[in-house]
Amino acid sequence: MTDITPPITFTPERLAKAQEIIARYPAGKQKSALLPLLHLAQEQYGWVSSDIMDYVAGLLSILPIEVYEVASFYTMFHLDPVGKHVIEYCRTGPCCLMGGEDVYGHLKQKLGIDTGETTPDGKFTLKEVECLAACGWGPVFQIREKYYMNLTNSKVDEIIEELSKD
Amino acid sequence: MAVKILTEHINVPGINTFDVYRKMGGYTAVEKALKKMTPEEVVEEVKKSGVRGRGGAGFPMGMKWSFLAKPEGVPRYLVCNADESEPGTFKDHFLMREIPHLLIEGMIVSSFALGANKSFIYVRGELMYVIHILEKAIAEAKAAGFLGKNILGSGYDLELVVQPGGGAYICGEETALLESLEGKRGNPRNKPPFPAVKGLYQSPTVVNNVESIANTPWIVNNGGEAYASLGIGRSTGTKLISASGHINKPGVYEIPLGITVEDFIYADEWCGGIRPGHHLKAVIAGGSSVPILPANLILNLANGEKRLMTYESLSDGGFATGTMLGSGGFIAMDETACVVRNTWTFARFYHHESCGQCSPCREGTGWMDKVLERIEHGKGNMHDIDLLVDVAKKIEGNTICPLGDAAAWPVASAIRHFRDEFEWHVKHPQEATQPGAVYRGAMELV
Ligand SMILES: Cc1cc2nc3c(=O)[nH]c(=O)nc-3n(C[C@H](O)[C@H](O)[C@H](O)COP(=O)(O)O)c2cc1C
Ligand code: SF4
Ligand code: FES
Repeated sequence: MTDITPPITFTPERLAKAQEIIARYPAGKQKSALLPLLHLAQEQYGWVSSDIMDYVAGLLSILPIEVYEVASFYTMFHLDPVGKHVIEYCRTGPCCLMGGEDVYGHLKQKLGIDTGETTPDGKFTLKEVECLAACGWGPVFQIREKYYMNLTNSKVDEIIEELSKD
Repeated sequence: MAVKILTEHINVPGINTFDVYRKMGGYTAVEKALKKMTPEEVVEEVKKSGVRGRGGAGFPMGMKWSFLAKPEGVPRYLVCNADESEPGTFKDHFLMREIPHLLIEGMIVSSFALGANKSFIYVRGELMYVIHILEKAIAEAKAAGFLGKNILGSGYDLELVVQPGGGAYICGEETALLESLEGKRGNPRNKPPFPAVKGLYQSPTVVNNVESIANTPWIVNNGGEAYASLGIGRSTGTKLISASGHINKPGVYEIPLGITVEDFIYADEWCGGIRPGHHLKAVIAGGSSVPILPANLILNLANGEKRLMTYESLSDGGFATGTMLGSGGFIAMDETACVVRNTWTFARFYHHESCGQCSPCREGTGWMDKVLERIEHGKGNMHDIDLLVDVAKKIEGNTICPLGDAAAWPVASAIRHFRDEFEWHVKHPQEATQPGAVYRGAMELV
C-alpha cells in the first residue's frame, strides 16, 4: 500500500504570508517568526503535529527541538487532534464572579462532555483556559479568533445550535 | 466633566478608521513631534508629565526612557507590552479594539523619541482579532504617510510589527516577553543586564504598556506640564480602570487619578454601585496580584479619611491595611462571593502560569493551589491555613521575576483579612461545600 497522507505544506497563500512574516525581522533573527508561523499552521490544520513542527523548523532553518520546546510552552497550541470547534472557556476568578461556573456547567451538560474532551461526532472540544482579558464582559469563551462574551445559558444554547449546523 | 486623555472620542462612530480618527485631531502629535521637536524634547515632555507606567509597576515613563543606552551603530527598540493577561485586567484589549490608531500614533511619537526604527507591539495571541484590527490601522497609517520611510518628509523611518503571543501570562513580564519575541519559551531573564542596555536581540530596548504609550500623543500636543496638572501628587493624569464583578456597570473607565474609591464604585458616571439588594464585601483593586481588601479598608484609610484612586492612597498602610493600583483591574465582590474560592482560582492561575525556572515559585504555587483546593472542598485542616502563609512567605522575594510575589500576595492578604472565612471552611466542611454556600459570619459589609 502506498502512503496517501499528503505531505505537510502551507497553502500557497499561507506560504506567501509566512515569507512576508519572516521578512519582518532583522536578518538572522528569523526565529522570531516562530509563534506567528505556529498560529498559521494551526489555522490550517486545526492542531500542530510533530510533522507540522518539523515543517515549520525547516521554513525557519532552525532545529525541530527549538519548535517542540516552544509549541509545548504556550497553551494556545493544540499538540493533539481536536474537534472542529474548540471552545476555550475562562475559568479564572472574575469570570466566576460574573456567573461563569453555572454557565460552563450548562455548556458541559449540553455537549455531554467535560473539560479536555471531544464530542463523539468530533464537532466540539472543550478546553479550560485562564483569564482572556475580558473579565467585565464575562462569562466568556473563545472559539478560534472569536470571543463570545456576557454568556448566559440561553446564549450558550444558541451558539451551540448554530455551530452544530455546519 | 473630567478630562479624558485616551477615551474622549471613543464613542465617535468609525473612530477605528484612519479618516475619522484623523478628523478628530488624530496624528497631529506625529506632525508636531517629527516636524517641530527633537527626540530629546519629546523625552523631556514625557518626563515633565510625570506619567507612570500603566502596566502594573508604576515606574516613571520619562525616567525609563532616559535610561536607554545609546551606543553608536546599534539599533534601539521600542516594544509595546499588549500581553494583558493579569486576571481582572481588560483595559488594553478595550483601547486597542475601539481606538487602535491612538496606540499607533503613540508608537510613532515614542519610537521617534527613543530613536527606534523598528518597533513591536506584542499582543497576547488570544486577541488575534485585535491583531487584525491593529494591522489594518497600521496599513492605513502607512498609506497616509505616517509610517514607513521618510515619514512626512522628516527623514525619520519607522516600521511597526504586530507580534502574537501564544498563550502565557508570564510573557507579560518584560524580559519573558523579549524571549518570546525572539521565538523562544517565555522564561524571564536574570537582571542585570536590564532591557535598557541589553533587550531585544541584545540591543537597548524600552518596554512599555499599551496605555502608557497611548498617553504620549496627548502629552506631545498639550505639553508635559498640562498632563502633570491633572491628578494628585505623583499620580498624574488619568487611568483606565477595568471594573468587573458585582457592580452594576462592569466595563472600562478612564478616571482622573484622585477620585475617591467610593465615588468610583457608587457614582453613576463609573461603576454605578453594587448590584441591587447586595452589599460590598471586598475589592481587589489592581488586578489579581494585588492584596485583597475588605470593604471598609478599600473605602477608608486607617486614619478614617476616604481612600483615593491614586498610587499613593491605594498603597497607604502598606500590606497591613493597604493594596496597590497595579494594572487597574478592579474586581468588586458582594456578600455572595466566596473569598476562599476566588483565592483558589488565583492560586491555580499562578500555578498554571509559573514558567518553572525557580523552585520557590514552581513548587510553592503548586502547594498553594493544592492546599487551597483542599480547603475549598472541605478537606482542609487548621494547620493548612498557617501552611499557606508560610509557603507564601517562602516564595516572596526569592524568585527571578515578580510572578512569585504576585502569586504570594493574594493568598497572604486573603488570609490576613478573611481568616474567619478560611476557618469556617475547615470547621464546617459539609456546610461550606454546599453549592453556592458562602460564609455569612461576622464581617463588615458596606
Ligand atoms: C508576571 C508578570 C506579568 C506582567 N504582565 C504585564 C502585562 O500583561 N502588560 C504589561 O504592560 N505589563 C505587564 N507586566 C509588567 C512588565 O514587566 C513591565 O513592567 C511593563 O510592561 C512596563 O511597562 P510600563 O512601564 O509602561 O508599565 C507584568 C509583570 C509580571 C511580573
Ligand atoms: S518567579 Fe516563577 S514565573 Fe518568574 S522566573 Fe521564577 S519560576 Fe518563572
Ligand atoms: S477572568 Fe475571565 S476573562 Fe478575565
